[in-house]
Amino acid sequence: MNIVNFTPVTATLGGILIGLAVAVFFLFNGRLVGISGIAANALTEKNNRFDNILFLLGLVIGPILYSLFTKNEINITISNSFILLIFAGLLVGIGTRISGGCTSGHGISGCGRFSLRSIVATITFMIVGILTVLIKNFL
Amino acid sequence: MNKLVSLISGIVFGIGLVISEMINPEKVLGFLDLFGNWDPSLAFVMIGALIVSSPLFHIIKKKEKPIFAENFNYSNNKNINNRLILGSTIFGAGWGLIGLCPGPAISSIALLDIHSITFVFAMFVGFYLVKLINFDN
Repeated sequence: MNIVNFTPVTATLGGILIGLAVAVFFLFNGRLVGISGIAANALTEKNNRFDNILFLLGLVIGPILYSLFTKNEINITISNSFILLIFAGLLVGIGTRISGGCTSGHGISGCGRFSLRSIVATITFMIVGILTVLIKNFL
Repeated sequence: MNKLVSLISGIVFGIGLVISEMINPEKVLGFLDLFGNWDPSLAFVMIGALIVSSPLFHIIKKKEKPIFAENFNYSNNKNINNRLILGSTIFGAGWGLIGLCPGPAISSIALLDIHSITFVFAMFVGFYLVKLINFDN
């Protein structure tokens, strides 16, 4: 194992903002953030639909405001084939609905309230994610 | 007012994903590459988020009710069952293939990258399929 590209300060700062967003949403609206739940419910449920859509809209506006105010360019690198993107997108959509949460819902909101169910889910998707990358590196 | 809170929470969450660089799948794949060139940053994002949200959660839930809603509404599901493990395994595989999970994927729509937009579209199809076969609770 080599440690590379490690950015502990910006990672922690970004994490604190994410934690604040979750806490504010809970304090005012009484719900715990889970992005997969918010997104899926915006699609399929009438209940709270407008709230959910506004939250998702905020997720998209956030990066735009960030680059407007800081003049920093946001770089992402995705070079996978479209077949793989569609396959992985389906897996993420199906998997998070079957298990009832993703990195935010189980990983932050669930682990934050010490839910054993969420801790088990988080450990499971992290191990499988690590194994997937390990297998990809061998292919 | 709760509408405004939803929008602002989403914005702050999205800015957090940008500052922590979790919006970049390469950064996430670096974390998952534990046995290769490992980038521990994602763990620090989780720690940063939990340091803030966990104590606040335990303080806030003692309140009688949220400020703009009638009651607190969160899952009390404690079942650790096959569904949880199966779903988390399927999610973990998809996450490890590209490095995108739902939050960063949706935020990255802002960059108008056709790759991440394709991923998000497929993810929503996945949400819908689970609903369609009524496999969600």
